[in-house]
Amino acid sequence: MTTPSALAVETSGLVKTFGTTRAVDGVDLQVPTGSVYGVLGPNGAGKTTIIRILATLLRPDAGTARVFGHDVVADADAVRGRVSLTGQYASVDKDLTGRENLALLARLLGLSRRQAKTRAGELLDAFGLAEAADRLVGTYSGGMRRRLDITASLIVTPQLLVLDEPTTGLDPHSRNQVWTIVRALVADGATVLLTTQYLDEADQLADRIAVIDRGQVIAEGSPGQLKATVGAGALHVRLPDPAQRASAERLLGHALGVPVHPEADPAALSARVTDPDRVVGALAELSRAGIAVADFALGQPSLDEVFLALTGHPTGADDSSEEDAA
Amino acid sequence: MSAIPTTAPTTGSREPLQVVLSAGARPARPSALAASRAFGWRALLKLKHVPEQLTDVIGIPVIFTLGFTYLFGGALAGSTQAYLQFLLPGTLVMTVVLVTTFSGVTLNTDITAGVFDRFRSLPIWRPAPIVGPLLGDIGRYLLASTLVLALGLALGYRPDGGLVGALAAVALVLGFAFGLSWVWTALGLVLRTPTAVNNLSLLVLFPLTLASNIFVDPQTMPGWLRAFIDVNPITHVVTAARGLLAGTVTAGQVGWVVAASAALTAVFAPLTMQLYRNRR
Repeated sequence: MTTPSALAVETSGLVKTFGTTRAVDGVDLQVPTGSVYGVLGPNGAGKTTIIRILATLLRPDAGTARVFGHDVVADADAVRGRVSLTGQYASVDKDLTGRENLALLARLLGLSRRQAKTRAGELLDAFGLAEAADRLVGTYSGGMRRRLDITASLIVTPQLLVLDEPTTGLDPHSRNQVWTIVRALVADGATVLLTTQYLDEADQLADRIAVIDRGQVIAEGSPGQLKATVGAGALHVRLPDPAQRASAERLLGHALGVPVHPEADPAALSARVTDPDRVVGALAELSRAGIAVADFALGQPSLDEVFLALTGHPTGADDSSEEDAA
Repeated sequence: MSAIPTTAPTTGSREPLQVVLSAGARPARPSALAASRAFGWRALLKLKHVPEQLTDVIGIPVIFTLGFTYLFGGALAGSTQAYLQFLLPGTLVMTVVLVTTFSGVTLNTDITAGVFDRFRSLPIWRPAPIVGPLLGDIGRYLLASTLVLALGLALGYRPDGGLVGALAAVALVLGFAFGLSWVWTALGLVLRTPTAVNNLSLLVLFPLTLASNIFVDPQTMPGWLRAFIDVNPITHVVTAARGLLAGTVTAGQVGWVVAASAALTAVFAPLTMQLYRNRR
């Protein structure tokens, strides 16, 4: 039993329905203060809805949500004073310059005109946006806009920063910049709650991860615990000769001790590996049997594979019943 | 462009990023007025960056004043000068009333963009994101009124009520416009696209402005139309503005408009706020 003050976010039996769709269907979350918490799930799983409830933009239909002990409905104003939200869709004004956007928000947060100007300037410098500061945000690239968006959440350092898919659609360089910001914030004592579709991202950043599917938490734990439920990783093998795939499948399955699946590519196979040490031996078996390998890769399980392992169905299946969580 | 180091800052060292993060102490929450003023400032900044949005404010008064004076003035009142003297208070009202539709369109544009979510998640006076822009809009109405009066004076219009009468007329029209704006903000929260808000508000306003005493004296119209014109609020605003500009106004005429403006605000401001709070 944790004391309430140790939790940045605590939800219990949270429900939100849109029409007949239960977008959030009884979610219990406990986010420890000072950590990065990842909410992982495919499109339409209900991630955005949960976040909008936590940012007081939506009222839950049932259940409770508390942020640092303050109820998001009864004590919404106290919650707003502790949380900053960076939404999935650019929550900055594209008809203003970057500097004006930050100065406006600074004024709305209670800084004086002079303080707002100073704060906007130092943030733009620190986040590498100084050159673009006086251009209209409408002319920014996706990465710059996202960075400004996150910067706009940090004018007053929030106790809880909520980021909705902060790196979706960003190039790897911009994605690394966002990760750097998140790490710096947590080093400074803040709590970060982020949603993502990428297991890789949750693994890189999050101390704990909740996997969400169809409005429910289907798994929760540290990245290590989650990956253990799925297996150490995925082995992908591609053969130069598709005719040898059947025998390769049999040999690999035997050597790895796990099921091997043919992929859509007629020359490719994949397997969820529980013990990476056996991979080398298994590949050697192929070579001894005279089966050449065009390429192979041992990677982290993808979100698809995590889902398959946890739910028995791939992500995005039965999309018709999903709320577009926008 | 990328001044951010892409390696993780080690704890203990004071990276620029952390220095700037630590500097973000939370100040006292702004007052309702300060928050509204910030939104008004935003509206003016947008005006600066997207001056095209002033097209209506500048175009409508010029077209109506010039068009009606010279096209119909001679036929309707015997001379363009005599007609201008009658028409100008009407175009003043019509212009400002048509410009009010902008408030609903802006609000709808705002809420469909992501930036409104950020405003709604800030610890500020809740109505500020709606009240602030309306205060900014008063600036638009003032600009439109000034343009109409300046154009009228240049064409030879002379208000017998003098400067005081003119200022009082403008103030009265602005008050009514403020009340009417709330109708469009309510509409802006109900309808789905800015275009729909614009179309519907113009659909309401065109019959109201045409079937009024703006362009001609209703004496020659059929009885059923006169009955409508008599209850049309635009007619009452025009009558009062005409009276103030001519120095012949009665307290009842002004009182009617003040009451109507207050009633519009009393009904549609709470309705707007209710709709705003209940957005999903």
